[in-house]
Amino acid sequence: MEITLAQLGIGSADLIAAFLFMFGLHRMSSPVSAPSGIRLAGVGMVLAVLASFLSALTVSVAAQAYLPANLGLAVIALLVGGSLAWWAGRTVAMTAMPQMVAIYNGLGGGAAAAIAAIALLGGQTTVSRGHGLDIQATGDLTVTLLGGLIGAISLSGSVIAWAKLDGLLKQPVRFRGQQLCNGLVAITMLGMAGVLIANAQGGPTDLPASATALVLFFALALLVGVLMTLPIGGADMPVVISIFNAFTGLAVGLEGFVLQNPALMIAGMVVGAAGMLLTLLMAKAMNRSVSSVVFSNFGEPSRRKPGAIKGSLKPMAPADAGIAMRYAASVIIVPGYGLAAAQGQGKLFELVKMLQAGHVSVKFAIHPVAGRMPGQMDVLLAEAGVPYDMIFQLEDINDQFAGTDVALVIGANDVVNPAARTDKSSPIFGMPILNADLAKKVFVIKRGEGKGYAGVVNALFYADNCSMVYGDAQAVLVQMIEAIRGLGLPNAA
Amino acid sequence: MNLQIHISGFVALYIFMLAGFAGWVIIGRVPAILHTPLMSGSNFVHGIVVVGGITSLLEASSVQAQCLGFFAVLLGAGNAAGGFAVTQRMLAMFQTSGHPQRRSRKGKPRAVVTPPTRA
Repeated sequence: MEITLAQLGIGSADLIAAFLFMFGLHRMSSPVSAPSGIRLAGVGMVLAVLASFLSALTVSVAAQAYLPANLGLAVIALLVGGSLAWWAGRTVAMTAMPQMVAIYNGLGGGAAAAIAAIALLGGQTTVSRGHGLDIQATGDLTVTLLGGLIGAISLSGSVIAWAKLDGLLKQPVRFRGQQLCNGLVAITMLGMAGVLIANAQGGPTDLPASATALVLFFALALLVGVLMTLPIGGADMPVVISIFNAFTGLAVGLEGFVLQNPALMIAGMVVGAAGMLLTLLMAKAMNRSVSSVVFSNFGEPSRRKPGAIKGSLKPMAPADAGIAMRYAASVIIVPGYGLAAAQGQGKLFELVKMLQAGHVSVKFAIHPVAGRMPGQMDVLLAEAGVPYDMIFQLEDINDQFAGTDVALVIGANDVVNPAARTDKSSPIFGMPILNADLAKKVFVIKRGEGKGYAGVVNALFYADNCSMVYGDAQAVLVQMIEAIRGLGLPNAA
Repeated sequence: MNLQIHISGFVALYIFMLAGFAGWVIIGRVPAILHTPLMSGSNFVHGIVVVGGITSLLEASSVQAQCLGFFAVLLGAGNAAGGFAVTQRMLAMFQTSGHPQRRSRKGKPRAVVTPPTRA
C-alpha cells in the first residue's frame, strides 16, 4: 500500500513537473511572459525534487540498510550544492554570465555521468544470464554508456569553456596532428565501451577487468571533452556553450531512460533538441557549419598580406566623437564584447539618454553572435536599463545604416568587417555582418589596434568614413558624456 | 491499478521523438533577444537530473555508489539552483520603454522611493 502511494506521488509530481517545464519554456518566447515562465519551471523542479524523496519508501532490500545514511547524504548534497550555486548565481557580475551558464551546464553533465557510473557499478555490467546475447539488456547498457559518455564530455568541455571565458585560458591550444590525436583518444574511449559491453555478455562479470575498463572509459571521455574544447577560439564560444547545453540535455534524457524516469527523459530531450536548434541557428548566423566550429582551424593567422588594405587608421578624440554625435540626426550603436569587458553598459545608456534628450534618434544593432554568448548584448543592455524596443536584430536594421549619420561601434570587430561581404579569401567570408560601413560616419571605440577574435584585419577601420577612438569603452564613454555636457546645450534643443 | 513505470525500447523512442519535437517547436519561435535567457532557462530545466541523482543515491548499497550518488546530487542541485538564479536575474532586467524604470541589481528589486506626501 505504502509503495503504491509513493509511486502515485512520484508519478504525478513528475508528470506535473514535465508539463511545467515545457509550458515554462514556451512562455519564454516573449520578454513579457518570460519571468513567469521560469517561475513555473521552478515550481516544477521543487515539486519533482520533493517527490523524489518518496522513493525512499520503495528502495530495494539491499539498499535498506544504507537508507538513513543515504537520506542524510542526499539532504546535505542538495543543501550544499544548491545554496553554493544559488549564491554564486545571485552575486556574479552580469558580464560573467556566459561562464556561469557554462559551469552550471557542466555540473548537470557531471551529474548525468555520475548516475551512469552508479548504474554501471550496480550490476548493469552483467546483462546476460550466462547464455547468448540479451538484446534488451545490451541496449540498456549501451544507452547508459552513451549517456555517461556525453555527460562526461559535457562536464570537462564546459569546465574548459568556463576557463576560456573567464580569461584563465587565453589562447586556443593547437598543435600539429591534433585532430589525429583527438580521434585516437575518442576511438580508444569507444573501444573501452566495447570492452564493457563484451564483458557484460560473458555472464557474471569479471569485476576487476570491467572496473578498470569503466574507470578508463570515464577518464577518456573527460579527456575527449578537454581536447575537443581546447582548440576552439573565443569567437566560437557561443556555439560551443550551446552544443554542451544540448549535450547535457541528451545525457540527462538517456539517463532518464536508465532510471525509468519519464520526467528526466522528457526534460532532457526537450533541452537536447532546443540546444541543437539554437546551435544550428547560431552557426548559421556565423555562416559556419557546426562541424567546422568543433573541428576548427578558425583564427589561424590570415594568409593575406596586410598591405592589400587601402587607407589608414584615423584616430579621433572621444570628446570630438561625442560632440559629432550630439549634432547628428541619427545614431546606430553596435555593441560588442569590448563593451561587456569594460562594463560600459551603464555609461552607454547615460550617453544614449543625453542624445535622445537632444532629439537624436538612437537605435541599437545587435549581431546574433556579438559577445561570448548568443544574446549576451541584449542581456547586457537590459541590465543597464535600455528598453528592448530600442534594440534591433541584424535583419531588421541592416537596411537603415545607409541613411544613418553615425554608426558607433563599441568593442565589436568581426561582426562589422566588410571583408565578410567582399573578400573571398577571408576566413569570415559569407558571414552576415552589420553594414556599419554604409553609415555616413563610423566611430569605432577600441582598446588598441589589434585584430578581432577571428584574427582578421578589419578593412572598415581603414575606410575613409571611419575614425578610431582608442581607449577602454567605459572611459571613452565618460569622456563623451562630459564633452556633450560641456556644450551646455539646453536638453530639448 | 499498476503504477509501476516501465518504459522499454520503442516506448522510450516515442517519448524521445515527441519531446525532441516539442523542444524544437518551442524554441523555434523564441526571438533572438531572448536567446541568452533561453539557453540559461533550458540549462535550468536539465537540472532535473538532480531528481535522478536522488533516486540513485537512495538506491545505493555500496560505498562507491554512495560517493557517486552524493556527487550526482551535489552537481545536479548546483545545476538546478544556479540555473534558476541566473535565469531569473536576467529576465528581471528586460523591460520596455513604456514601463517605469525598475532596475534590479544582484537579484533584489530596488525599492522605488516615493517622496512622502505632505498633508
